[in-house]
Amino acid sequence: MVDVVIIGGGVVGCMIARELSRYQLKTVLLEKEDDVASGTSKANSAIIHAGYDAKPGTLKAKLNVRGNPLFDKICSELDVPFKRIGSLVVALNEEEIRVLEELMERGKTNGVPGLEIISREKLLEMEPNINRQARAALYAPTAGIICPYELTIALAENACQNGVEIKLNSPVLGIGVENEGVLAVRTPGETIYTRYIINAAGLFADEISRMAGAEDYRITPRKGEYLIFDRRFGGIVSRAIFPTPTKISKGILVCPTVDGNFFIGPNSNDVREKDDVAVTQQGIEEIIKGARKLVPDLPLKHVIASFAGLRAVSDTDDFVIMASKKVKGFINVGGIQSPGLSSAPAIAEMVLEILKEEGLELKEKSDYNPERPRIFKFRHLSSEEKRELIRKNPAYGRVICRCETVTEGEIIDAIRRPVGARSLDAVKRRTRAGMGRCQGGFCLPRVVEILARELGISPLEVTKSGSGSEILKGRTKEFIETGGVVDAK
Amino acid sequence: MQNRELVIIGGGPAGLSAAVEARRLGIKDVLVIDRESEPGGILKQCIHTGFGLHVFKEELTGPEYAERFIREAENLGVEIMLDTMVIELTADKRIVAVNSREGLVEIQAKAVILAMGCRERTRGAINIPGFRPAGIFTAGTAQRFVNIEGYMPGREIVILGSGDIGLIMARRLTLEGAKVQCVVEIMPYSNGLTRNIVQCLEDFDIPLLLKHTVVNIHGRKRVEGVTIAEVDDDDMKPIMETAKFVPCDTLLLSVGLIPENELSRMANIQIDEVTGGPVVNQRMETSVPGIFACGNVLHVHDLVDYVTREAMLAAKGVASYLADGGKKYEHIPVSPGNGLRYVLPQRINVDAMPEERQNFFMRSVKPMAKARLFIESERGVIKSRVMRYVKPSEMISVQLDRDEMKGIKMLKFSLQEEGDSVERGE
Amino acid sequence: MSAVSEEKNVTCIVCPSGCRIKVSIEGGEIAGISGNLCKRGADYARAEVTQPMRVLTTTVRLEDGHLLPVKTARPIPKALIFEALKELSGVRVKTPVEIGQVVYSNVAGTGVDVVATRSWN
Repeated sequence: MVDVVIIGGGVVGCMIARELSRYQLKTVLLEKEDDVASGTSKANSAIIHAGYDAKPGTLKAKLNVRGNPLFDKICSELDVPFKRIGSLVVALNEEEIRVLEELMERGKTNGVPGLEIISREKLLEMEPNINRQARAALYAPTAGIICPYELTIALAENACQNGVEIKLNSPVLGIGVENEGVLAVRTPGETIYTRYIINAAGLFADEISRMAGAEDYRITPRKGEYLIFDRRFGGIVSRAIFPTPTKISKGILVCPTVDGNFFIGPNSNDVREKDDVAVTQQGIEEIIKGARKLVPDLPLKHVIASFAGLRAVSDTDDFVIMASKKVKGFINVGGIQSPGLSSAPAIAEMVLEILKEEGLELKEKSDYNPERPRIFKFRHLSSEEKRELIRKNPAYGRVICRCETVTEGEIIDAIRRPVGARSLDAVKRRTRAGMGRCQGGFCLPRVVEILARELGISPLEVTKSGSGSEILKGRTKEFIETGGVVDAK
Repeated sequence: MQNRELVIIGGGPAGLSAAVEARRLGIKDVLVIDRESEPGGILKQCIHTGFGLHVFKEELTGPEYAERFIREAENLGVEIMLDTMVIELTADKRIVAVNSREGLVEIQAKAVILAMGCRERTRGAINIPGFRPAGIFTAGTAQRFVNIEGYMPGREIVILGSGDIGLIMARRLTLEGAKVQCVVEIMPYSNGLTRNIVQCLEDFDIPLLLKHTVVNIHGRKRVEGVTIAEVDDDDMKPIMETAKFVPCDTLLLSVGLIPENELSRMANIQIDEVTGGPVVNQRMETSVPGIFACGNVLHVHDLVDYVTREAMLAAKGVASYLADGGKKYEHIPVSPGNGLRYVLPQRINVDAMPEERQNFFMRSVKPMAKARLFIESERGVIKSRVMRYVKPSEMISVQLDRDEMKGIKMLKFSLQEEGDSVERGE
Repeated sequence: MSAVSEEKNVTCIVCPSGCRIKVSIEGGEIAGISGNLCKRGADYARAEVTQPMRVLTTTVRLEDGHLLPVKTARPIPKALIFEALKELSGVRVKTPVEIGQVVYSNVAGTGVDVVATRSWN
């Protein structure tokens, strides 16, 4: 019997897990994939919004504005890069300038500090590569950028370090109400009995809610596609650049990443399936067209990757964060689309308030440690630190990913840490190995070898992202010995 | 801080050839730095034949070609630092490298030769739509798995792009018992050598689909197939009515190579946007005095023999640089005109040529059955020459004598297509 | 025997010209060769039609599990390539190996040796 089961290892689930790990509770987090941050949290715009965008009075507005200033402390405790670079909403004509004014008013109502409409001259001085036709821009100095999966992984690790049990490859198959105040959560391996369930299942939150017999709402996957560019061109913009928003979306932006690249995107298209993260030709064309309105001269020859993410859009058009009125102990945290990442710290606070109201006693732990042990990123160290690190552990002297200068030491550490990497993508998200301009062409065979060695498995069992995504199909010679294209195993 | 006379970054064919030649020219202190545990570079995994016809007048495999230079380098006392990655290079020729034995290695070199080779273009660079499952490899990565690590990347394979590595892998995977469904090439002609089309595809009845491309990748976890379609003649956009599904578990990409110049950029070396490599002069010296370049880091070669030739010229360049103490030279520009994508070197000083004849490498913009190559100076055409069967995939190599270029102020190469007068049985 | 006539197309690889050569065969005999620009092309086409030969390059396993690159010392008939591969798939070679060392003799009954194309310590 545990106190709380969190369903979903995205940024929201992991943020809540970490908050709960401050207290004397038994908490379990269930994630259906082989790593945390495997859904919406791994593919989004990675922006900590200032908070002018959402309609005043909504949870989105309130939690975004509350969440934004919390990032500095969280990121410093977790050793996660966060850059408060500011954002600019660019107006290309008179009408859009009026929208900027509305946005600024809305922002002030929401409580966003420092908003300012800046002139064309000032804008072009701040961002020389922007469309010369720009007329003015809304500047929000508090907006920031972060790596969303790095944050999520760090939250999970810190939660784990403080006693939360994180179970990967654990899809929830059924939820039942046992007797008074006891809920049962069934996964392929076991049934966990708990007093509270937090449904942070992202795109699948509606299905989990229905499974529990709680409130009925609907999550629609809304696809956003992105192109990411070589780091060499990372300086093309210095802030997150938005077009003037329409009623439907914040639009296609041009934005730096914390790792020094820049991206364009996302577009916004409802899709039928919750795993439809396929990039489309039309989508690529759409985001290029959109981004060119902001930065006409894009280095399209230097795109290093394209990807798509899905927003979890609820039919209530706001976050759904509340204790179920139908199932005692079941708390929905659904419909967390943009600005979900920005709101995540405030969502976690709110969920803890709800848990208290629902009768959970929160007694602080004496040994809670908010700090994640330092992670060595070779490329960011000084010469002295590099020398020292290699002396202590020679594996830090072997560069595995040459584009991002990731060493074997970092990869081994990513595998051995709490909630350690079990697949190639998990290594990539933790270390950036394979994320550079060659996209793993050079380091893939080496990372496969290290994963196999560290996990004590055959290279044939190493996956890209969990079971079914094995990288290799057999040993050489074995197809010939068994007579060609037939299953050799 | 170590002081070194010549440091060569990269121990593949370019670096080894340069090292051997540098020693032969009497440069005493030659250090080659390579990131792998054995020298030889990409040749180690190129187990097929086709190497050495020009340099050794015999047909060797990649490992054989490499071993000849490795032995020669050992005999001549070239020092090779293995398992070491250069992470920093400055314009004043300071190098920081890292390995697990010594940690950080800091070196001040008198001269540097860049020989880092190239990397393969990826899916991102060509924006193929679809999912991002396991089973998408660049051809060179697949080659490493098959020939070095001993693993098969797939059983049923589609290859996008008809670059030579893709063609070679089509045969290699077939020989290892996999089924190669087809090779898909967006251009109306192949990007590989004719011999590779014949011996790697036709020998095994592997279809080469010209003017086709992959328009979608299927499969959430592992590739389950690709959709291919014909492309329009004019704008190369896919014609969706021609789209068809090809089942496969693996997609190999052979869509081009990109010179690896991150270190060159760090040292503020001027890069030619067309070749993707440094701008060099008659002795393969970059825009930074004392830093030279050769091989695929400079421009992508079709034959390793040319790499060796270029590397030897770079070594001669280093010898003359060390002898003249970095004296400043004026250069005249060398530029591509119609019909050519680039000419290399991009500038020369005729008086300072290390050899009596200067070699120029160039690539055509399209295949031509018959063409005339014009070499002009500001005074007019110096020389012209008829060329047959020019292809963008096969480098053109032309030599000019010092005397032919005496006193000129510029040099321009162009290629004009001519009607084919020879009847060929079709 | 009736005089069956047939035509085979051969792409010449002797030089970069890449001639598309037509070889007409009548009654099992070569009756004509056309499309070639030079004599070497005709010789190549004749050999391709009668008995195409190839140098086979592949790998064999070393006893420690690593792969050793090898080639046939001379070209072997193209038709025997897969048979040769099948024979070689079971080969295990002892280290050290010297470049050029014979690791397998008379592959697929061709009388041709298979040799190492690199040294291995």
